[in-house]
Amino acid sequence: MTREMTVGVGAGADHLDTTEMVLNIGPQHPSTHGVLRLKLKLDGERVTACEPVVGYMHRGAEKLFEVRDYRQILMLANRHDWLSAFCSELGVALAVERLMGIEVPERAVWLRTALAELNRVLNHLMFLGSYPLEIGAITPVFYAFREREVLQGVFEEAAGGRMHFMFNRIGGLKEEVPVGWTGRAREAIGLVRKRMPDIDKLITRNEIFLARTKGVGVLTPEKAVAYGVSGPVARASGVDFDLRRDEPYLAYGELKVPVVTRTAGDCHARFECLLEQVYVSLDLAEECLNRVDAISGPVNVRLPKVVKAPEGHTYAWTENPLGVNGYYLVSRGEKTPYRLKLRTASYSNVQALATLLEGCLVPDLVAVLGSMFFVVGDVDK
Amino acid sequence: MELPQVLGEPIRFILNWGRKYSLWVFNFGLACCAIEFIAASMGRHDFMRLGVIPFAHGPRQADLMVVSGTVTDKMAPAIKRLYDQMPEPKYVISFGACSNCGGPYWDSYSVTKGVDQLIPVDVYVPGCPPRPEALLHGILTLQEKIAAERSGFGGVRKTAAELSAPPVPPPT
Repeated sequence: MTREMTVGVGAGADHLDTTEMVLNIGPQHPSTHGVLRLKLKLDGERVTACEPVVGYMHRGAEKLFEVRDYRQILMLANRHDWLSAFCSELGVALAVERLMGIEVPERAVWLRTALAELNRVLNHLMFLGSYPLEIGAITPVFYAFREREVLQGVFEEAAGGRMHFMFNRIGGLKEEVPVGWTGRAREAIGLVRKRMPDIDKLITRNEIFLARTKGVGVLTPEKAVAYGVSGPVARASGVDFDLRRDEPYLAYGELKVPVVTRTAGDCHARFECLLEQVYVSLDLAEECLNRVDAISGPVNVRLPKVVKAPEGHTYAWTENPLGVNGYYLVSRGEKTPYRLKLRTASYSNVQALATLLEGCLVPDLVAVLGSMFFVVGDVDK
Repeated sequence: MELPQVLGEPIRFILNWGRKYSLWVFNFGLACCAIEFIAASMGRHDFMRLGVIPFAHGPRQADLMVVSGTVTDKMAPAIKRLYDQMPEPKYVISFGACSNCGGPYWDSYSVTKGVDQLIPVDVYVPGCPPRPEALLHGILTLQEKIAAERSGFGGVRKTAAELSAPPVPPPT
């Protein structure tokens, strides 16, 4: 039952003390970095209930997959999570290749692994910059983007794009990388590794940053598992799960993948996980590049003029920068998939918000929201 | 306010000069293009040197709206509403293929095929996403447009019809 009340001069504290307020944050709000909308119920400054409203970025990608040729799908697949374009197109390519029984050349596999790890660094750098920005530290984002430009240069030389690389093809990669590219990529990795401490030292032990993030928004491992949270967010809660180690795809089986975990599960742990993952991914990428140099051969296979996956279904999942992305592909033997269902990491991560935000203060909300590391396009698909 | 004839050309020049170099921008960041917009505001590309200031607290303090990303039908009312909140004179840059015309989502059931169905657009920047350099060029193009305006103190007067384009009818 609702009671309408006009609060005017002389209303007195007895009318105000128990009034609950519904506050709408978003869909366009700087702290949601994207168009996520939150319906909050507030008691004073304390959040009593939170309901994330998704769908403002729903572009119907899954339905569009059904009217696109298998080779065209990649173009839409890399756009739903715009910060990890390479990894997203990779997942679709893996699913289609598995259904068609295509053997990807070894050189392409190692190149893919190297680029996937570099893409992970690109993604994490974005959040390492934007997260401090959201809670008031402006400088780190400039450092983060300086490193991003360096790595984007590497991608641009190989693929021609800065964000949506379209470098994957069914059966391999678009083309051979330019002569001397691996050397230049290694230089870029060295440069980024050398300069990462700039962000690291600036922010991780910063007193204000610690005060805003330590012990805030604690996600328990049970809750994380129950909501299907994955990736760095889950690992910060102590969920030791990483597909690159636990169910290797690409060349990860031959690599030793260190899994970065924390146990605290608060905003600071999530940030730390991301930061350490950058170092790990840089090392992995460098190792892959060394292997690429040692392998010669083609980087793609010759496809038939009409690409048709045989009738059947398959589920491929990959460890995307933000968590586990799954691709359920159902084919009826036509040129287009019958259904391609996406399981996106951000969607599951955002669901946990409702439990995290209950009981926290409005200023903490920004810290928690930013630390869940989601891309709205990945939530809404 | 109409510009009285007595003020003449020098005053018009000064008004336009002031307007074009202090474009407080309101970034309507929606999708991938928003990342390239941020990249354009960072050290390497730095659009602040062109007088574009990305610190507007909200639409009410902004002169320029950059719509970067896919406009969905669910988002459309919010865009229209925030545009209406901006004070005159106001300008819009449509950044990227999605907000120009729907882009790769041209046949999607939930995407608005171009932000110009909702609000008038001054400059279209093509690309998916456009490079930061493309945004810089778009800003320069907008500044040229502002410099050529026959405007008074309140900017160019626009009729109600010009401020909201009619919806584009679906193809029959």
